[in-house]
Amino acid sequence: MSLKGRDIISIRDLKKDEVELILDSAEKMESYARGEKVLKLMEGKILGTLFFEPSTRTRLSFTAAMQRLGGQVMGFSGTSVTSIAKGENLTDTIRTVERYCDIIVIRHPLEGSARLAAEVSSKPVINAGDGANQHPTQTLLDLYTIKKVKGRIKGLNIALLGDLKYARTMRSLACALAMFDADLTLISPRGLEMTSDILSEIENNYGKKPFQTNDIDAGLRKADVIYICRIQKERFEDKYEAEKMQKAFRITPEVLSQCKDEVAILHPLPKVTEIDPRVDEMKCAKYFDQTFYGVPVRMALLALISGVM
Amino acid sequence: MKEELKVKKIKDGTVIDHIKAGLGKKVLDILGIGDGFSNTTALLMNVPSEKIGRKDIVKIENKTLKKEEVDKIALIAPNATWNVIKDFKVVRKSRIEIPDMLEGILKCPNPKCITNSNEPIKPNFIIEEKEPVRLRCNYCERLFDLKDVL
Ligand SMILES: [Zn+2]
Repeated sequence: MSLKGRDIISIRDLKKDEVELILDSAEKMESYARGEKVLKLMEGKILGTLFFEPSTRTRLSFTAAMQRLGGQVMGFSGTSVTSIAKGENLTDTIRTVERYCDIIVIRHPLEGSARLAAEVSSKPVINAGDGANQHPTQTLLDLYTIKKVKGRIKGLNIALLGDLKYARTMRSLACALAMFDADLTLISPRGLEMTSDILSEIENNYGKKPFQTNDIDAGLRKADVIYICRIQKERFEDKYEAEKMQKAFRITPEVLSQCKDEVAILHPLPKVTEIDPRVDEMKCAKYFDQTFYGVPVRMALLALISGVM
Repeated sequence: MKEELKVKKIKDGTVIDHIKAGLGKKVLDILGIGDGFSNTTALLMNVPSEKIGRKDIVKIENKTLKKEEVDKIALIAPNATWNVIKDFKVVRKSRIEIPDMLEGILKCPNPKCITNSNEPIKPNFIIEEKEPVRLRCNYCERLFDLKDVL
């Protein structure tokens, strides 16, 4: 099995053994990702990072990954200073940039933009977020983190907590976790439940039926992993209701006292108020490690699709 | 027998038969047949049928169907039959089946989909479920019911 030359656009495009290959390869990259050893695997290669909307964390993570592999990075962030501001379409931008680099990473506000870029480009394309649709490297690093922190994914009780209706991270992760045979608990405020298209995808493809609840206490008691994301105020009609929900679906030391001792808490970051700052100091807080794991995962992916690994 | 006679009334053209009763009008809509269309066209409604009880039939003179048109009909009237008439004879008869993919004939209803921007691409959909029809846009990956895209 080889991922050489492949575009990474959607987690839906990846088979389980391909995901496993990426996760296993990431493991091999870790000491290099920490800077303990030096790699020249991608010396002379250039990664183009096209961020049509800013996402500092993701861009820095890709940059670190490419540089740790010995390669170089070029690109832009935001569209105000580029030719896009003059009205150039994505197709033309890609046709230009593919001539300058070896792999393209794209983040773009329109859904399906990365798929289009991959169709146009003769160089491999990695989707770093296309609107509300997909962000496959986030899903891969989430899987990797769980595997690292818990030693496995299969059979774990994993609670997804927050806005499950709109959050791209949660929708993709739910499917990927089902693929790896985790037991899902879905906890959300009323009205922000996981939509039926994702639930039926999970059931049809993996035969899994997640446990759904609006009650945070009932949902978290059996969890081995809690994956929490932000609930945006704009999702609610009035401000009072929004604040009430943000409060009710918050992780605090008090909430955690009801949970398993070995529970691990993950978050895609940046976090705002959904995790009590006191939790940051607790051993269950794994979200900063999670951010680091993005680097070896992206290193593995870059190395695999360029065929040097 | 009676129906066969009607089919034979067309010299050259297309007959779409076994359309579930009530859907014939929609088939005409999908083919863009209305004001400004000058070919002789017949819509027969509620014709008794041994196979499906009551059916609608559409007959259009001097028109052949394109693949996109057949695919579109398949979405709303699956299991209809499509007859090509030449010189009063049925020269080709086939069942209209829902395709696995639809290219370039429907617009993605998601306003944030790249296919609705100024890019030189045609939307395409993967038919994930056939009964009832559910389609996924190949670009934005959203899943739609038929009523969302027609
Ligand atoms: Zn679309």
